[in-house]
Amino acid sequence: MKIKLSKSDIDGALVTQISKVSGEDFKQCYQCGNCSGGCPVSYAMDIPPSQIIRFLQLGRFELVMEANSMWVCVGCLQCYSRCPKGVSAANILEAARQLSLRKGTDHERIEDLPVSFLKTAPQQAIVCGFRKFVS
Amino acid sequence: MSRIGVFICQCGTNIADTVDTEKVAEEMKKIPGVVHTQDYKFMCSSPGQKMLKEAVKKHRLDGMIVSACSPHMHEKTFRRACESAGINPYMCEIANIREQCSWVHHDKTKETGTVKSLDLTRMTIERLKKNQPLKPNKIPVNKRALIIGGGIAGIQAALDIADGGREVLLVEKTPSIGGNMAKLSETFPTMDCSQCILTPKMVEAELHENITLMTYSEVEKIEGFIGNFRVTIRKKARYVNEELCTGCGDCWDKCPFKQDSEFEHGLKKRKVIYTPFPQSVPNIPVIDAPNCAMLQKGKCGVCAKVCGPKAVDFEQKDIVVEEKVGAIVVATGYDLMPNEHFGEYGYGRIKDVINGLQFERLASSSGPTGGKILRPSDGKEPQSIVFIQCAGSRDEKKGVSYCSKICCMYTAKHTMLYRHKVHDGQSYVFYMDIRSGGKRYEEFVRGAIEKDGAMYLRGRVSRVYEKDGKVIVQGADTLSDSQVEIEADMVVLATALVSRPGADTLAQKLGIGYDKHKFYNEYHPKLKPVETVTAGIFLAGTCLGPMDVPESVAQGSAAASKVLVLTSSDEMIKDPTTAIVNDFTCNACWDCVVACPYSAIEKTDIKDREGNVIRRLAHVNDGVCTGCGTCVAACRSKAIDLKGYTDEQVYAAINAF
Repeated sequence: MKIKLSKSDIDGALVTQISKVSGEDFKQCYQCGNCSGGCPVSYAMDIPPSQIIRFLQLGRFELVMEANSMWVCVGCLQCYSRCPKGVSAANILEAARQLSLRKGTDHERIEDLPVSFLKTAPQQAIVCGFRKFVS
Repeated sequence: MSRIGVFICQCGTNIADTVDTEKVAEEMKKIPGVVHTQDYKFMCSSPGQKMLKEAVKKHRLDGMIVSACSPHMHEKTFRRACESAGINPYMCEIANIREQCSWVHHDKTKETGTVKSLDLTRMTIERLKKNQPLKPNKIPVNKRALIIGGGIAGIQAALDIADGGREVLLVEKTPSIGGNMAKLSETFPTMDCSQCILTPKMVEAELHENITLMTYSEVEKIEGFIGNFRVTIRKKARYVNEELCTGCGDCWDKCPFKQDSEFEHGLKKRKVIYTPFPQSVPNIPVIDAPNCAMLQKGKCGVCAKVCGPKAVDFEQKDIVVEEKVGAIVVATGYDLMPNEHFGEYGYGRIKDVINGLQFERLASSSGPTGGKILRPSDGKEPQSIVFIQCAGSRDEKKGVSYCSKICCMYTAKHTMLYRHKVHDGQSYVFYMDIRSGGKRYEEFVRGAIEKDGAMYLRGRVSRVYEKDGKVIVQGADTLSDSQVEIEADMVVLATALVSRPGADTLAQKLGIGYDKHKFYNEYHPKLKPVETVTAGIFLAGTCLGPMDVPESVAQGSAAASKVLVLTSSDEMIKDPTTAIVNDFTCNACWDCVVACPYSAIEKTDIKDREGNVIRRLAHVNDGVCTGCGTCVAACRSKAIDLKGYTDEQVYAAINAF
């Protein structure tokens, strides 16, 4: 992958917005990888949490928004509890989810879920899922 | 017949567990020449030593063996006890029955350990019978010190030695002291202005009553040895009379010719009669002879005309002086790797690719731009700068294998200076690792990234080229697995620190070692960091290898303390275990001269009454010899012996086995 890097990317409006919504300063991260190392679901992510932060440092907002990582994150906050710099990757992914859902496009559509699944899944999981995946 | 006493130490249970010390004592008594033997729990304790001394008197001993731990531990202790009991300390020998015997034998029946102890002790007894009493060498010490190099390390060493009450001769090659530190803008991690902290020291060195400055001078020859060096120094012609010059500056104001300034690394011109920088010490100009019209063609002479005190002297010649000193501190500093190494980075081809010291000059308030960051090509303020670390460092193929150590820190400093001066500028740093070990250093680098917004990219730059007035930098960011391209206005290379050109020839003159990068070798990398293999010659600063200002200052002070120790008394006492040449058998093949790592062996002439040379001989200088024994091994005619370790002694020990 080739990146053309400039100041407008690093301080880009969308990246700044993620930073604002999450309350996290990407510059704090020194890429030790502890968050990705401890994340129980990073194996299923397109881009692991530490690299999500790296892309945001480089201003590559669109790569973050395209990846499934924010939807896979369960918000267990292991990344945050382990981060030596006090950065919460979970907060950043939550902000990315918010920005995605604010566009009014749902990640999951209720009508797409099979009835059999809705009948067997625990009620709380369904409620949580809707809160996470639906605008 | 000798009267030897043998003392066997039990060392608590350290020795006694696997060695029957009582039996060793009994057996040794049977050896001819041994008049007294004894074993004891702790020979090194005060009662043990007292016992030893009493035995010397009671049995009229003239030699002593202590079978105990390694001589590294207590040889000194027992030899001192011997001396106070009235026998020559070199008539006391140690047989090591602990480290090399009891500790490596686990046989609790004590059989094997005892047998070996008997052998070791017997061998040492036979060796002792051949010992000769030795007297420590006393060498007179000249109390003056020579410092080669007037950078921060040399200045610090000079000031400390001078404050200690010793005379110092500070020799500097360029027209002013100050070195590379004088070129720096601010210094990490405290960001205080380099000149503000350096110039007071420079002035102090100039005014100190114990310091003689010799600028624009070079060391040509060094002879002699510790405490007694003779140094030949060439004082290059300045073409300005130092006594008369007032440093008013009329001459360089009026001089019509210009050359690239070495101090400004080519970013500015200087006149042909010049001082390197405004705060030069001494503030006396020199004429750049090869470029002076008057000196070359006999036309001009404006400087001489305008000079009020008539200090300009075109007839001045180099002066060669010989100085006597007791100690030498070498602090010759570093250089940056030359441009041609960085073809792919466009250095020398693209005007806006500069090195770290050039950036320091740009950022310095006394620099060519008055402290404004302006790019060299068109004088515009760069909106983005790419810093490339490890330019030449950690590059075994094209550059040097080592890490230049200070670049991580000064690059972080550069990004800060840039952000402080160009508020909306963006800096990018390509790095391989960030090495910020040191007090408050890591916090400093994080500050550059987190507060001053430097964008750090982990990877090397592979290509730099020009396009439409921009410098395009193509590199990698391995953290995001991507190729990165940046359109920058300027590129700063953190070029590798290398040794000074001619560092090797100076080392050969001094007789000190240097590595493949021509950085000087310390005696021991941990325990003797400022000493060299040649006694009386010390090192400080970046001539040893890359280091930052605090470290250079610490080394300057360390070297100074070594010089003060050496010059603290009129005479120096040296161990007498040195090599000695047998004049009758030496055939002057000079193999020993070549073999000696300390240059301690001289070629001497034996003359008859008429003064004709009739023979030549090798002669060991006791002042320099460390008793390493290399010459003994090298000598084909077996004419050299090491006092205290003669062939006769060694054979006697072997025969007793």
